[in-house]
Amino acid sequence: MTEAIEAISIKAGNIFEMDPKYLFRWEEPQQSYVMLYPEGVVKLNETSAAILQLCDGKHTIEEIISKLSKKYTTDVSDSVNKFLEVSHAKGWIRIKA
Amino acid sequence: MPKDGSELRLDGAGMPMWLTCELTYRCPLNCPWCNNPLDFDKYKNELTTEEWKRVLREGRAMGSLQLGFTGGEPALRDDVEELIAYAEELGYYTNLITSGMGLTKERLKAMKNLGLKQVQLSIQSSNRDICNALVGAEAYDHKLELAHEIKALGFPLVLNIPVCRQNIGQTEDILSMAEDIGVDYVEFANLQYYNWALLNRPEFLPAREQLECAEAIVNKHRARDGNKMTIYFVIPDYYADRPKACMNGWGAIHLTIAPDGAALPCQEARVIKGVEFPNIRDYPLEWIWHEAPVFNKFRGDDWMKEPCRNCDERGKDFGGCRCQAFLLTGDAANTDPVCSKSPLHEVIESAVVEAINPDRQQRPIVMRRKGSITTRFLKTA
Repeated sequence: MTEAIEAISIKAGNIFEMDPKYLFRWEEPQQSYVMLYPEGVVKLNETSAAILQLCDGKHTIEEIISKLSKKYTTDVSDSVNKFLEVSHAKGWIRIKA
Repeated sequence: MPKDGSELRLDGAGMPMWLTCELTYRCPLNCPWCNNPLDFDKYKNELTTEEWKRVLREGRAMGSLQLGFTGGEPALRDDVEELIAYAEELGYYTNLITSGMGLTKERLKAMKNLGLKQVQLSIQSSNRDICNALVGAEAYDHKLELAHEIKALGFPLVLNIPVCRQNIGQTEDILSMAEDIGVDYVEFANLQYYNWALLNRPEFLPAREQLECAEAIVNKHRARDGNKMTIYFVIPDYYADRPKACMNGWGAIHLTIAPDGAALPCQEARVIKGVEFPNIRDYPLEWIWHEAPVFNKFRGDDWMKEPCRNCDERGKDFGGCRCQAFLLTGDAANTDPVCSKSPLHEVIESAVVEAINPDRQQRPIVMRRKGSITTRFLKTA
């Protein structure tokens, strides 16, 4: 219920930042980016990590989509929006005021 | 510390991603469900600071990532700060699992600056008298005050409530208290019955109706609070139909180092007799994790007996908990008797029957305290 409401509230002009409870960083032994938090670790694939790197409190969703669409030479708007919705619902990222 | 029944499934790719350091078995509290050994006071040769640092260094080199300092009460060691700083330097995500006793605002502040990422604080009740009676000390006021300090310092706070018959009725009040503190994660950890908890099991095991009632309250709060406060509710596996995927499998992602340097696949593993747990004073950690016979003993599924061997759920729960199988059936390679497919499942059913029988003879609760039981004739590993 709550998740659905939050998911709908994401707009193209929103700027995201990591929730301070979560630590996002490169982990050499895993050869991947990971998200660390109380009682948990999430190993991120390359594209998820690329999106989260841009949740830095500076880029709007529009800018994230345009950057990554260029990088992967295809329109990534659907997958970016979906990933941000899920990440937001999970509490990994929050909307910067 | 990873929970039994945790929702997270993670393939560590053969690495001990979760490292638990039990810095000491000493503790100012007397919790009668303590998971430390019954003869905890016999272990006098705690690792030195330098030895712990070697554990941290070698663990990190093998890919350990989540680090828990626990005990006993880890804050009783005055080198916790130094170890936190070293762990930070190595790149761990460090968690302090504490009763709060021996911690002050000043120490916590220093720990934050040194790189401590998270604090897991235990509290046993929202009622002062019950809390203090359960831990055998005047602890409630200090714990509550500390919880507020932990939040004020900006730590993510996990509030751990060991759940038993004596406090399960306070679920609503405990959640209100947690909301008031601003807790990030509440963990209702129904007791798991090993060591001291097993000794006191008939007095602690709640009835199924009590559990269902508590779980309904938890679900109500989950719907209301969303992800502002995450609530874990770990049921006692005695009421589950299938065993917990204990530790994500033996020797899969968890490595525990006991105060004396013994390397264990889980914190309870010492209850299994007849096997040798290698000590970090004698072997490099890498050899221990990959080569030590005890770590390989229950890896994969070659060791399994029926009904696990041909069960299509064996990849899901790994046959349950080896320690529980040993304690309740006498053979660690047996199916965890919690599983309804276990031919020995009756031991669980009869434990429940005993616990909920209103006419059984009540037993005094045995507090975890040196001398409260005699361990003189206990067989050691």
